Amino acid sequence: MYGKGLRALSLTTALAVALTLAAALYWAPNDAYLGFLQKIFYVHVPLAIITLCGFVAAGLMAIAHLRTGDSRWDVRSYVAIHISLIFGVAVLITGSIWARGAWGHWWVWDDPTLVSFLLVMLLYATYQPLRFAIDDPERQARYASVFAVTAGVFVPVCFAVVRLGPSYVHPRTLDNVNSNLPGRMQVVFYLALVSMTLLWVTLWRFEITAKHVAAQLRALRGLLTEQADDAPARRSAAPTLTGVGSET
Amino acid sequence: MGVAAESQRERALALDGLTRRYGERTALAEVTLTLEPGLTLAVLGPNGAGKTTLLRVLATLLRPHAGKVAVLGHRLPAESWAVRGRIGLLAHEPLLYRELTARENLRLHATLHAVPRARVAQLLDAVGLARRADEPLRTLSRGLVQRAAICRMLLADPDLLLLDEPYANLDPGVQAALTPLIGAGAGKTRVLVSHDPAGALREADLVLGLSRGRVSFLGSPSELDDAALRGLYA
Amino acid sequence: MRRPRTLAVVAALLRAQLRLELRTFEALPAMCLFVVTAFVLFHFGLNVDALSGNLASGVLWVTLLLAALLAINRIYVADAEQGGFDAFLLSPAERVALLGAKTAVLLVYLAVLELIALPAFAILLLEPSLWQALPGMLGALALGDLGVAVIGALVGALAVRTQARDLLGPLISLPLLVPVLICAASWSAPLFDYPHAAGVAVRWPAILALYDALFGLIAFALFDFLVED
Repeated sequence: MYGKGLRALSLTTALAVALTLAAALYWAPNDAYLGFLQKIFYVHVPLAIITLCGFVAAGLMAIAHLRTGDSRWDVRSYVAIHISLIFGVAVLITGSIWARGAWGHWWVWDDPTLVSFLLVMLLYATYQPLRFAIDDPERQARYASVFAVTAGVFVPVCFAVVRLGPSYVHPRTLDNVNSNLPGRMQVVFYLALVSMTLLWVTLWRFEITAKHVAAQLRALRGLLTEQADDAPARRSAAPTLTGVGSET
Repeated sequence: MGVAAESQRERALALDGLTRRYGERTALAEVTLTLEPGLTLAVLGPNGAGKTTLLRVLATLLRPHAGKVAVLGHRLPAESWAVRGRIGLLAHEPLLYRELTARENLRLHATLHAVPRARVAQLLDAVGLARRADEPLRTLSRGLVQRAAICRMLLADPDLLLLDEPYANLDPGVQAALTPLIGAGAGKTRVLVSHDPAGALREADLVLGLSRGRVSFLGSPSELDDAALRGLYA
Repeated sequence: MRRPRTLAVVAALLRAQLRLELRTFEALPAMCLFVVTAFVLFHFGLNVDALSGNLASGVLWVTLLLAALLAINRIYVADAEQGGFDAFLLSPAERVALLGAKTAVLLVYLAVLELIALPAFAILLLEPSLWQALPGMLGALALGDLGVAVIGALVGALAVRTQARDLLGPLISLPLLVPVLICAASWSAPLFDYPHAAGVAVRWPAILALYDALFGLIAFALFDFLVED
């Protein structure tokens, strides 16, 4: 039975996000230096953390796929990267807005987090084209998993190396400006972290459920029309599920 | 276990419900057969029936998705390493580098298979390629390249020969020259895929007909009359 | 049935690939020509006659990286198109021997490339003397080339059996190679300072060596999944 507990999860997520928004906008104090713009920090940093964790999680799921050969792990990994990519774009946009507000430029090379993010996103942007370029579904899944593991290792390593890079002797970082968060800000920050995590997990489970349901529909349609084996396979970057079985 | 396992070990091939998928399509479905050592299995069927897929599974190049496969007494894919090197595959392509000479290609393969170099010269003589063994393969005719491919296949003296249309595009003279090495008289277990049913049936001890991945016929050549033969390609 | 020694297999595959390259000249001449042309482009693009320090180091390493992409695309092509993969998989040789061989091939290509690229760079664009920088450069080139070779051998195997191999190889390799670029360029920059400055920060060799080792391990662990079906 797919989608178990999705409704409860969605409601919790909606509540958490609403609470966070309210707290961030009305309860947390304005930053003395940056004023209202500082509040984007509550979106940008949690999004960044969740995105990176999502990429690493996708790498772990890919390891499970390579070890077991179970295509459901491939679906989980694919969706994890998919959602993290979307979140990552949001990170870059919010980071850009932040940079403009704090330092007057839409992009700064001085912030190692933003720069590392750009590199990571450039790498993961090749994930979908890679999948699309492989016809054989089994090989597509396997190669995608190899990529996800390599990229998952690359994420923390990249951050480490970029931070050590020459221009970061005196980095301008979001963390620097916002270290030693006073009480209320800290609460809102953790609230934001929790609600972003819930949002990621909800979207992840939604997409996986949708894929499983679509696969089951396809299988049923195939049984009814007896066409499955003859249907010409359309090239797709998304992992193929056979629609057999009913476990999540 | 006991007696059943013993007889399984002696068989050259033991397939039970072999299935191999390609996404949502089935390339091979529930293929079941056994083949005793020293015999020849002819695989017939229209294009796209799964003949080449079957050969590649037996060659350990593809993993079975379901069912049991035992080659030379070893279960695949768990015991693939035990049989690699005891199986020779003759595919559509020679699997040799065109810019290298026959000798250079074969010496590379001799290293890959831990076979002494002397065997390379021995095989080149046996197929009649010694004179032109030091010219790049791309300058040789298809018949000569096929002979080089046969050398590649026979380097490690395999017990099982997998032959994918070995005589396609070869003139009868060349075919006759190659028969002692890869034909029925060679004394090896063979799986022969051919689009020439008459020729294949002459050499076969067992015939497998495939259609869309499924077994459409399994039996001895004598059971295959003209009507059944036409049905295989329907 | 005997299994071959892995080193013997690596050596045999390396010999075969180098022989193929000597007969077809598919990769090396293009790489060398590309590098010289790139230096000319940089001259016109940057509108400078001579470079030193950071700029020199950056131009050299970016050019070497881009040239390496040409090689990464080519090293598996003969195997993919002429059945080399199948032939290798039919043998009882260890799969990682292929990875080792391709890494070695890339190292050889890069070494030959640098024999041409460094003098060209010194003549066309470099302001300080190359001889003074050379001893320090050898370390940077060795570890940098190793990083490129290891990542290139892995990504090349990933990209070659796809439909868009010429695009995906570079696109996937480049982000993975940025840390190599950061370390190698930062390592080399003080060597190209004018007047000649001494001292290389010890962290660059250390980080680069660790990065090479890490991705070497990753490639070693994942390679089987790329070649076996």
